Amino acid sequence: MATVKLRDVKKSYGSVEVIKGVDIDINDGEFVVFVGPSGCGKSTLLRMIAGLEDITSGTLEIDGQVVNDLEPKNRGIAMVFQTYAIFPHMTVRENVAFGLTINKASNEEKEKKVAEAARVLQMEHLLDRRPSELSGGQRQRVAIGRAIVRDPKVFLFDEPLSNLDAALRMDMRMEIGKLHNSLAASMIYVTHDQVEAMTLADKIVVLKDGRVMQIGSPMELYHEPANLFVAGFLGAPSMNFIPVTVEAVEGENIAISSPSLDRISVPGKGRSFTVGQTATLGVRPQYIRPASGDSGMLHGKVALTERLGSETVVDVTLASGGTLIVALPEDKVLAEGTETSFDFDPAQAHLFPETP
Amino acid sequence: MATVTADNRGLRLATRYAVLILIAIIFIFPLLFMVMSSLKPSAQLLADTKSLRAFLPVGDLSFDNYTDAFVRAPIGLFVFNSVLVTGITVLFCIFVCSLAAFAFVFIDWGGKTIIFSILLATLIIPYETIFIPLLLMASQLPWIGAEGFEIGWLNSYRVQIVPFIADALSIFLFVQFFKDLPKELIEASRVEGASWWTIYRKVVMPLSGPVIATAAILKFLFMYNQYLWPLMVVQEEGIRPVMVGLGYFTDQLNVPWGEVMAYLTVITVPVLAFYLALQRVFIASVASTGVK
Repeated sequence: MATVKLRDVKKSYGSVEVIKGVDIDINDGEFVVFVGPSGCGKSTLLRMIAGLEDITSGTLEIDGQVVNDLEPKNRGIAMVFQTYAIFPHMTVRENVAFGLTINKASNEEKEKKVAEAARVLQMEHLLDRRPSELSGGQRQRVAIGRAIVRDPKVFLFDEPLSNLDAALRMDMRMEIGKLHNSLAASMIYVTHDQVEAMTLADKIVVLKDGRVMQIGSPMELYHEPANLFVAGFLGAPSMNFIPVTVEAVEGENIAISSPSLDRISVPGKGRSFTVGQTATLGVRPQYIRPASGDSGMLHGKVALTERLGSETVVDVTLASGGTLIVALPEDKVLAEGTETSFDFDPAQAHLFPETP
Repeated sequence: MATVTADNRGLRLATRYAVLILIAIIFIFPLLFMVMSSLKPSAQLLADTKSLRAFLPVGDLSFDNYTDAFVRAPIGLFVFNSVLVTGITVLFCIFVCSLAAFAFVFIDWGGKTIIFSILLATLIIPYETIFIPLLLMASQLPWIGAEGFEIGWLNSYRVQIVPFIADALSIFLFVQFFKDLPKELIEASRVEGASWWTIYRKVVMPLSGPVIATAAILKFLFMYNQYLWPLMVVQEEGIRPVMVGLGYFTDQLNVPWGEVMAYLTVITVPVLAFYLALQRVFIASVASTGVK
């Protein structure tokens, strides 16, 4: 039973405001990922929840209790750091038991909890080693083990995988996912890696410049991004943005056109547009297909083809000068230099009133 | 190609060793001179200084200078006093200065930047300028000892120890070292529920071996070489340190140089012993600061 509630939380360093009023609700047992570009404030926000940074204004509740002024140790949290932060002068066993030792737990309790954590993380054979004898992945396990033995209400992870190589990162990502399933504890996880966010999260919080851009499940954010930033941040390759002019507002549908795009009608999704304004049309590369002959809505010339095996990414120079990225299934190849036209389902496109 | 590189490497190694040996000789010769001279009668000692014989065990060698020196001055007592005063000062210095540095580096409190700057500024004040006021202060300080309440610290061990426990240089060394410790270690400890005292004891100090060794050696040398201050504040022979003891040999017309050298040889032993004990950690600390 642990919920976390942030209400209008702000943080300033002198006159510089880095967190500009954040509201987030985290339910019991939920895996929440804070994601955003460097400097968006995601780590600062996590450190504020941990109690390592003061909260300038607003309230932070953990389990229904306002904890703004509580010391980190009294908040019922455990934190795993990017640099692991395990103590180099202690063995793995001493590291994992550190919190128990300083809180004067009995030896049996320590033994039991360390053994349990070691079993969950499959590191029983490492317990008597020193951190200098461990690999990066093993050190990260030790750091997670130290968090587990405390039975925290909330686990906090600050970019825990960013110091690992790609293969190990994927393994550890899956392990953390399994760990969440088995512990069923609330977890808050900070990353700049959208793959980690998409795969691990029950709920993603996208941050930019100290503000929440959108909160929702991974698929919600992927299919219904609330704004241009979220649309461009999630998904690989990134969503295509085409500058367009609004031709007509037809109830729910908006008619648009641009030099490289024939006039089409796309769903407005509740956003308001005025005739004549410039807007941005977003289409995911995966939803664009080559049209037969010249019948497509977008016209351009193939500039580059990248074959990845599972998909082929085509870089198209549009007639109007912009570029379009198209992701085709598996090994479908378009010869470089060919004039092609492309189609997409307008229902899968997003129209944003802002411009990038 | 391979042989050329091998030759180059050999040559470079040889040059490096030649330079190192030269430096070692420069540092060893004064010690050699001291030890050799301590074994020679004064007349021969002075004659030998005109040639390289001064560094060689030649001529009429004996331990007479040592027996004479021990008769002239209570050397054992002086060494004991110096080691006692130096040892206690070093211990307290490590404790007090590291605690101060801990507060400067890890704990947030108002005005710490200003106070640290003032502290560093004291480094440029020469001891000679504060000796007289310090002496006056020491003569008026209260103390509760075996005979009850008394005024004045002169003629005591404490007057040789207390004024030198805290110093800006040691605090500065600790501050620099602590700043390089990963701050996540401290934050992780705080999240785990450690108090500042626990973090100091269980996390920071166990990782600070190199800086403890450095600060201890510097403090040891400074304290062991104390001359002017104990000369001023200590009149009783029983608590006099080694450097002041040198006066037993030099306050006459014909300085017995052989005995002086014997005395110096004896009082050098504790310094070498202390250095050798901490040598490995000390070298590690110099090496690690070099890499950064």
